[in-house]
Amino acid sequence: MADITLIEGLRQAMDEELGRDERVFIVGEDVGARGGVFRATMGLFEKYGAERVIDSPLAELSIVGVGIGAALYGMHPICEVQFADFIYPAFNQIVSEAAKMCYRSAGEWTVPLVIRAPYGGGIGGGLYHSQSVEAFFAHVPGLKVVIPSTPYDAKGLLKSAVRDPNPVVFLEPKKGYRLIRGEVPEGEELLVPLGSARVSREGRDLSLFAYGMMHHYALQAAEKVAPEGIQVEVIDLRTLLPVDEQTVLASVRKTGKALIVHEDTLTGGYGAEIAAILAEHAFTDLDGPVMRLAGPDVPAVPYSHPLQDWFMPDAERIAQAIRKLAAF
Amino acid sequence: MAVRQDLQVELSQETLLEMYWYMVLSRRLDERAWVLHRQGKVAFHISAIGHEAAQVGAVFALRRGQDWLVPYYRDLAMVLALGLTPLEFMFGLMGKQGDPSSGARQMPSHWSLRRANVVSHSSPVATQSCHASGIGLGIKMRGDEAVVLTTIGEGSTSQGEWYEAVNWAAVHRLPVIFMVENNTYAISVRKELQMAVAHVADKAAGLGLPGITVDGLDPLQVHAVMSEAVARARAGDGPTVVETVVHRMTPHSSDDDDRSYRPRQEVEAMKAQDPVAGFRDRLLMLGALNDQAEEQIQARAKHEVDQAVSLAAEAPYPGLEQGGFPVYVEDIRHG
Repeated sequence: MADITLIEGLRQAMDEELGRDERVFIVGEDVGARGGVFRATMGLFEKYGAERVIDSPLAELSIVGVGIGAALYGMHPICEVQFADFIYPAFNQIVSEAAKMCYRSAGEWTVPLVIRAPYGGGIGGGLYHSQSVEAFFAHVPGLKVVIPSTPYDAKGLLKSAVRDPNPVVFLEPKKGYRLIRGEVPEGEELLVPLGSARVSREGRDLSLFAYGMMHHYALQAAEKVAPEGIQVEVIDLRTLLPVDEQTVLASVRKTGKALIVHEDTLTGGYGAEIAAILAEHAFTDLDGPVMRLAGPDVPAVPYSHPLQDWFMPDAERIAQAIRKLAAF
Repeated sequence: MAVRQDLQVELSQETLLEMYWYMVLSRRLDERAWVLHRQGKVAFHISAIGHEAAQVGAVFALRRGQDWLVPYYRDLAMVLALGLTPLEFMFGLMGKQGDPSSGARQMPSHWSLRRANVVSHSSPVATQSCHASGIGLGIKMRGDEAVVLTTIGEGSTSQGEWYEAVNWAAVHRLPVIFMVENNTYAISVRKELQMAVAHVADKAAGLGLPGITVDGLDPLQVHAVMSEAVARARAGDGPTVVETVVHRMTPHSSDDDDRSYRPRQEVEAMKAQDPVAGFRDRLLMLGALNDQAEEQIQARAKHEVDQAVSLAAEAPYPGLEQGGFPVYVEDIRHG
């Protein structure tokens, strides 16, 4: 086992997949000699060349649109959108084209494509380098939406995403790129299946659902309240679409209480979907209201440090929400 | 930009007649689609009438079966020349099982024909252009010999997507031909309100690739220009914008009424320059066609259209369970 960062897990995944399958290539802004603005593709340009690690024109729409075309031709592109905040020009290509291609051609055409994008706040990125975009894409049948929260999952999920025959929106918690470290096996193939959540901490009193950076904080919050006698079960959702309903329901049937945390804004956020699943399928198992802790309903994360902190859920706020729900 | 009239490609009499056949077949199917709509038998039709010469001229410059087409909704003659059958067109028009484009999920004339390398496209315009560049990128990465033809209306070249696609192909010298079927109107809005350049092909200069304008009512001129662009693409010399100037002799679609935005004289003048009739007269003059052969061609087209309509009318609609899949590749049912 090696102790690596989350971003190193992503880099290893891409390195291995480029080495495994010549249909795989990377396209995006600054992914070449620069190795990506976050260094996710560091060394890959030197190893695989300019034909397979392509510095695109500065235009997100065509990073995805050209990727879709290449996928239609049988390639397996990994498209990097430099920040999730910049993905909107490509929204039409992702939603109208990639997501609908299989259905609209009755399965004649498919789009094996990964769109990687760093998302989330807490890094001084202001309104346009901090956004969480998962709810937009989790609403679109035909896409898969994946968010890792550990180096192990970052590597294993990205490798699975590259091998998946469908378009996958792969959102990376950029605050955790170097902050989150973890053990990853060496010298063996690491694949984590898409569509499965993970119980990352067992508990009997309350189910805490999170993903990405908030999952990291959720584990910290669970530790905080443990001495108070509150045993929190933490579930890392990992894949938002398709959601792992079984794992979600099984946990709440055990604990009877559910708290959902995300840094994306509250209204219409992904937590609403989990809440709806619980209301519909676990109504009689619930011993308290399904609660959501989310970013406030403002347009995006403000820049100034105190304002950013005001926006971002963290371990302390999650702990407070846990105490409130546990006391219900 | 230059309007080229000097290019010549020798075509056999057999090829000329095949080109004419697809123009006639497209026209007769198209006219029947309008009739079926007026009879309330189909919900929607969008027409290729006036575009046939440009489309057939272009397709005949391709290696059919090897090269790729990323079309738009007006390309009936083009997809017929690539192998879509009249019955398959009618399946799609009527929303019947057996439509090869989408299993009757999409509106009519949203083409896809995997067996002929015709790629599925959608309704938001210019979304297909980047796909053509991506296919071109794939061809280049694999070192294949194919080229990609993609088509679009002149109004849709206002979209940023089109510029991004052409720019990509130009930067990477991809084997793509961006064909613009310029019929002057984007539904009701004339070209003068879409662009400040005189010719759509002028836009190519700003993106660093050749742009050429050709009379889209003349299939042989289109064929010659397109053959040159295809040869450049295949040789690794990069993409070309080819603007074919055509007439939209009908309203935009069956939901449009063009009387409010263009004078009847204009439409009548277009009809006097009908590209199908024009090519017929030219073939008669060249001796490639005679009155008897023309009668046979028309009778065959009528027979094929009649047969397609009657078979499609009797065919079943898709079963309701077909609405539920395939959302993901895992859902695809084979056989």
